[in-house]
Amino acid sequence: MNAKAEILDAIGVRRALVRIAHEILERNQGLADVVLVGLRSRGDHLARRLAAFLYEIEGTAVPVGVMDVTLYRDDLAHASLWPRVQRTEIPFSVEGRTVVLVDDVLFTGRSVRAALDSLMDFGRPRSIQLAVLIDRGHRELPIRADFVGKNVPTARRELVRVLLLETDGVDRVAISSGEAGR
Amino acid sequence: MTGWARKDLLGIEELEPGEIVEILDTAQTMKEISTREIKKVPVLRGKTVVNLFFEASTRTRVSFEIAEKRLSADSVNVSASGSSVSKGETLLDTARNLEAMRPDIIVVRHGSPGTPLLLSRRLGCSVINAGDGAHEHPTQALLDAFTIRERLGRVAGLTVGIFGDIAHSRVARSNIHALNKLGARVLVGGPPTMLPPGIEALGAQVVPRLDEMLPALDVLIVLRIQLERQGGLLFPSAREYASLFGLGSERLRLARPELLVMHPGPINRGLEIAPEVADGASSLIIDQVTNGVAVRMAVLYLVSGAHRGATAADAVRGAA
Repeated sequence: MNAKAEILDAIGVRRALVRIAHEILERNQGLADVVLVGLRSRGDHLARRLAAFLYEIEGTAVPVGVMDVTLYRDDLAHASLWPRVQRTEIPFSVEGRTVVLVDDVLFTGRSVRAALDSLMDFGRPRSIQLAVLIDRGHRELPIRADFVGKNVPTARRELVRVLLLETDGVDRVAISSGEAGR
Repeated sequence: MTGWARKDLLGIEELEPGEIVEILDTAQTMKEISTREIKKVPVLRGKTVVNLFFEASTRTRVSFEIAEKRLSADSVNVSASGSSVSKGETLLDTARNLEAMRPDIIVVRHGSPGTPLLLSRRLGCSVINAGDGAHEHPTQALLDAFTIRERLGRVAGLTVGIFGDIAHSRVARSNIHALNKLGARVLVGGPPTMLPPGIEALGAQVVPRLDEMLPALDVLIVLRIQLERQGGLLFPSAREYASLFGLGSERLRLARPELLVMHPGPINRGLEIAPEVADGASSLIIDQVTNGVAVRMAVLYLVSGAHRGATAADAVRGAA
């Protein structure tokens, strides 16, 4: 792995999330029936932060759920390591709600595809939107994000690392020429 | 990645404590799936599981079958009666023929200890032991440990009693191994005719009388008197067993009020356990059944992951 270039620092991450929070409000004209569902393992933290910003701006507490899409992945048979499954916790009904899926990096789109399938098993949302901190391109499925913190052109082999306070002790997004893509 | 690399689950004895914890943690995740409106995830889509039961079973077989369906596997049930086993086919021939149809996992229950091990050596697919003679019943011990951990937050440091027909019990053996590995103290007791000599070697302390054991316990696992196995020779009468060795509400007063009571089922009401205890506030018997599905989902998921690594070479080595 080579030297890393910083894409976002702590302030950059914060600004991106605040902007996304405003865009979610604008797009949905408020927060009526809006719920957030974060994809493990970092989208869950981003979803909670977005909920906190939405509360600051609008004074409304938006329900936050967490989803682990491992059991819905289409690439398990090819994964070199069988992933550990973590809990999915969606303690509210998604029926008729506007669900904003939150993930850290949008890449091939396969996690989002799995998340969409999983979400459908929980009910029939009125609509599903997608918020990501980083969109790095290279989609393999017809999936796009509704809210993007930052678009980052990358090579397929490069590695985008999102570090968050909650999991890594620091807020930082960096890119490096890794062995495997992310 | 998971901390699990085995193609088979044959028993608890050979597992590392970390492997047991991996199963329990995965089961914790799986349990939530059964609370959903659509109780199904696609992870084992396209996998075939054969439930090969040479002994009567309702709970375990149904539990495995539900677990398989919740993970979207296709399952097939084979029982000894009504199959070619009753026409005289040997176990290995049955298994080889089943394997020729390319199942991914075989769940086997058999009256002879070591049957799952034998199959795992000869077959390339995963083998899960659903009970082999008086040897092991690993998923039962795992669901018991899961239930204890869920209720009390831990297993380490607890004192757990296992009482009843220890000699005939694969549940007892698997539980002694699992509880020991997770750091609990295990006491075993029962009528002298049902306590096998040398059971201490497995890591259990023998306290024959229930009255004596009860005050020390956090959890008591009451074993089923296996009437079908012993023809009533090991104790004079059901009534005498109930009064001398059964867990009734009178006897329960000897225990700490927070004692939890478990039973692998099916229960003989009024024999080893009184109805008011089995249905009482301290009973976890129904939780055990619920958790059984989650634990079996976890085992099916974990062995499927390891199996992909298994190559044709493994199968050849096994057949040699």
